[in-house]
Amino acid sequence: MTLSHFIDEAISPWMRDQGPDSDIVLSSRIRLARNFSEATFPLIADKEELEHIKTFMKDEFADGTFQDNVNFEFIPMQDISSVEQRVLIEKHLISPLLAKKSAQGAAAMISQSEKISVMINEEDHVRIQLYFPGLQLSKALEKAFEFDDWLEEKINYAFDESRGYLTSCPTNVGTGMRASVMMHLPALTMTKQLTRMVPAINQLGLVVRGIYGEGSETIGNLFQISNQITLGRTEEDIIEDLQSVVHQLIEHERQARKRLMERSGTKLEDRIYRSLGTLEYSRIIESKEAARCLSNVRLGIDLGIIKHISRNILNELMVLTQPGFLQHYAKKTLKANERDILRASLIRERLQLEKK
Amino acid sequence: MECQECHKRPATLHFTQVINGNKTEVHVCEVCAKEKGYMSFPDEAYTLHNLITGLFDFDSSINPQKKAHLKQSKELQCPKCEMTFSDFKRLGKFGCAECYNTFSSKLDPVFRRVHSGNTLHHGKIPKRKGGHLHLKKELDSLRIELQSLIKNEEFEKAATIRDQIKDLEQTIKNKEEGEAE
Repeated sequence: MTLSHFIDEAISPWMRDQGPDSDIVLSSRIRLARNFSEATFPLIADKEELEHIKTFMKDEFADGTFQDNVNFEFIPMQDISSVEQRVLIEKHLISPLLAKKSAQGAAAMISQSEKISVMINEEDHVRIQLYFPGLQLSKALEKAFEFDDWLEEKINYAFDESRGYLTSCPTNVGTGMRASVMMHLPALTMTKQLTRMVPAINQLGLVVRGIYGEGSETIGNLFQISNQITLGRTEEDIIEDLQSVVHQLIEHERQARKRLMERSGTKLEDRIYRSLGTLEYSRIIESKEAARCLSNVRLGIDLGIIKHISRNILNELMVLTQPGFLQHYAKKTLKANERDILRASLIRERLQLEKK
Repeated sequence: MECQECHKRPATLHFTQVINGNKTEVHVCEVCAKEKGYMSFPDEAYTLHNLITGLFDFDSSINPQKKAHLKQSKELQCPKCEMTFSDFKRLGKFGCAECYNTFSSKLDPVFRRVHSGNTLHHGKIPKRKGGHLHLKKELDSLRIELQSLIKNEEFEKAATIRDQIKDLEQTIKNKEEGEAE
């Protein structure tokens, strides 16, 4: 089992590449929801039916090759520990719901680069996810369509001419597509401009939320912007709208950063260096404080104030310091205060590495 | 007025209970109401899901008596997964692909609310299911293009498009005949 490489590394291989606008956009994601036309949806399907789908997916695709030697690892949820599930969630490779359904035939199929992950028997039979670094929605969509076509060679999808791809939840019907962009917006948050912009963004049928999806709070000034509407518009149109809003946010964020530097440069610098100090020297650190400091340090890197640390530190330490990862690292369950100690020591260790 | 259960906190909930014809007035605080089961509070916070299921309840304009009557007479039920329309409203999720057919007549208002007024799919079509559906969509967009070219008096371009439409129509016709055989 080569599961370990998904679990041990906090940073997915694709994150090492720099995408366009990667000073502000961390990643672009396309998610497609698909179902088998003959089977009842996972919500009410019995175990036998779900097992059947799981086996079908494993037999037909797990050993297959999708373009340029893209191979997959097939991971039934019931075969891995809850800490391992948690790590996959923290890396955004699976959803919390998939982990919850481990007894009901839930499984994941993940490509070696972790760019593509397929959730099986989550809310829908098949959920395809593709990640690209930086702002690359069109490229991600193109790849997602190719992958979708690859699956479609063997799956008879539930599709209706007038309603499109049929999904368990009416909020996904039509394209079944949720496109989202993960953005680091510290200056817009500091200057409280983002709160004022959110209602306007919502009016365009787009949603702004925290990095761990629906209902999650924002940590580390990271936001996920995604489309809400899936019916009545083509995938390309949806992406175009999302992209144009993201471009505007990038522009505003850059301006806000510039203005902050001009008007209160020393204050900003102080804030950045204090955060770096906290990360380099603290012995106990809560996840919220760590996220806040990491966000400031990343801003410092982007502004050229901090030079010796790589940009990826934010993505990497953000995941590495989540509870699941810490416990996987410690190889035991940890209480909150124990996690805070381990978190501080891991961050110190990681920053030491950068200095070499 | 103090809470009649704990006698500490002020009573914030006041209601009349009728059990077997006996009327009793109840004055309690929120904490006791929760503890003594006077009120049921949902376990989870109000989620987007709750909000959406609320939206499905578009029958509420019909008066309750009539509604009850309607329910008794004919409750829609999916022949495949046995989900009823009230199940769907409660769960906010479909049971299977066939549900979309079964509840079809009632879905437009649902989709309109969730998808900003849209009820029909525009977008990707599965290749093998689509067959010539793909081509038909292409044909539609070419026709629209043709109209706008004519409107703008770009006749040369329009002529090219017109030829493309003709070719496409022929291809579709051939395919359909091929399938019929």
